[in-house]
Amino acid sequence: MRFFAGALWLLGRHAERFSNCPRMCLPLALIGLTACSRERTELRPVPARTAIYNNAAVESDIHPGGVQPHTQVNNPYEGNAQAIADGGRLFDWYNCSGCHAHGGGGIGPPLIKKEWIYGGESANLFDTIEKGRPNGMPSWGSRIPEDQVWKLVAYVRSLNQEEPKTAVPPRSDTIEQNTATLQNGATQ
Amino acid sequence: MRRCTLPFLFFLANIAFGQQSALDPAGPQAGRIRSLESLLFGISVVIFVGVIGTLAVALFRRRRGIQQEPLESTHRPSAQTERKLLVVVSSLSAVSLLILFALIVVSVVTGREISIKSLPRDSLVVEVTGNQWWWSVRYLDDNTQRIIVTANEIHIPTGRPVVIKGTSHDVIHSFWVPNLHGKRDLIPSRVNTEWIQADRPGRFRGQCAEFCGLQHAHMAFWVIAEPPAQFEAWRRQQLQPAAEPSDPVRLRGQQVFLNNACVLCHTIQGTTAAGQNGPDLTHFGSRQTIAAGTLPNTIGNLGGWITDPQTVKPGNHMPQVPLAPGDEQPLLAYLEGLK
Repeated sequence: MRFFAGALWLLGRHAERFSNCPRMCLPLALIGLTACSRERTELRPVPARTAIYNNAAVESDIHPGGVQPHTQVNNPYEGNAQAIADGGRLFDWYNCSGCHAHGGGGIGPPLIKKEWIYGGESANLFDTIEKGRPNGMPSWGSRIPEDQVWKLVAYVRSLNQEEPKTAVPPRSDTIEQNTATLQNGATQ
Repeated sequence: MRRCTLPFLFFLANIAFGQQSALDPAGPQAGRIRSLESLLFGISVVIFVGVIGTLAVALFRRRRGIQQEPLESTHRPSAQTERKLLVVVSSLSAVSLLILFALIVVSVVTGREISIKSLPRDSLVVEVTGNQWWWSVRYLDDNTQRIIVTANEIHIPTGRPVVIKGTSHDVIHSFWVPNLHGKRDLIPSRVNTEWIQADRPGRFRGQCAEFCGLQHAHMAFWVIAEPPAQFEAWRRQQLQPAAEPSDPVRLRGQQVFLNNACVLCHTIQGTTAAGQNGPDLTHFGSRQTIAAGTLPNTIGNLGGWITDPQTVKPGNHMPQVPLAPGDEQPLLAYLEGLK
């Protein structure tokens, strides 16, 4: 760290020799660089982090006995570039693309859309994949390990640009949707 | 010092007579590559000794001739020295050029000799597909009933040319069995062809020779060269669907396999398991290694691999599948019984 500070001080003193930009530009850029770090890849997912408890996915706004605060469940892989890419691979491996065609839909409904019948939050998507839905969606819970379901959820969310831009490739290998032009219910 | 000697000797022995050594050729192509290598090595040794010898002579001989003239900025060598230098430099340059040209000719000729153009007839065609991080192997046949699918182990008959049609499923890999042939890149959506032939029976280790991700180092396979009769027996056995388990433990194991995530990626012919993403397990028990040459195929290693694949090969695509208590032993018994 001390070495870095020394190097920064030197560069700050001699910044005008390197460029015409104001004296502090270079050190500031270097400070920015040191703030970067590599995304950690979790190779062995902790089961407790990937399981979903207490039926946290809420599909209806109506609650018996008044509104209850429900548990907020977050995708452990939200914003994780590696997990989103893995999800894309699994989407083909487990033949999701067979019915949903990379989000465009076919035998099954499209996955690039704004209105989700069973909810578009991460917990809802997890539930949909895990338990299945009427009229065709198989329940994958007994087949796909939970961490992989979460990766699939992250991938499906990324199709709708619900994942941070920094974690998603700028250009998709398959179809793309400009959500700005997507009308509510237009594709469903 | 003594501690180093034994491993070093072992290392040398492995280079000379190893199961994965280009210096111990087992087939015609590897033989030609070996001869080319010997030639290049011999010439390089002669040149090296010549250059170092000249340097030594120049360093140690008594200073006279060119060195006696004063080295000043206005220094001009005498006409005699100039002529001498011209002859020496130009003749040596010509010799280097000639040697380099001869080496190019020899290596091009070797390259043509071992290429697919000289393919003999009556060859066996094997399709090898690189995956992160294992090898899918298909024995092609005009009769689709006689196509064999296996993984990480290529059985070949001795004395018969085998065409390798190599491609990749994800990234660029490279197929390399040093005892049989050079490296051949496996490129997605492209088929690269080469042929190999083993002249003697043996087990030859192959390895991915193009960095392909986290587990590149654990992407190995074995080529097992057998006499033709033995190979035919292996082939007949591989053509059978998986043996139906008879005892209750293995029957339970089959149910575990079919009711868990396994079936999404693995195929076992004769059952409903038909996943295409991982290695075909129809005759898993007959293979000698697991996880692409990483571990010997024993029930203990298999147990460790299934329980925690990310410790054996961190980053590989086999997920940790949670099994119900008591399900693992029957599963292992079933898989090891798939001879």
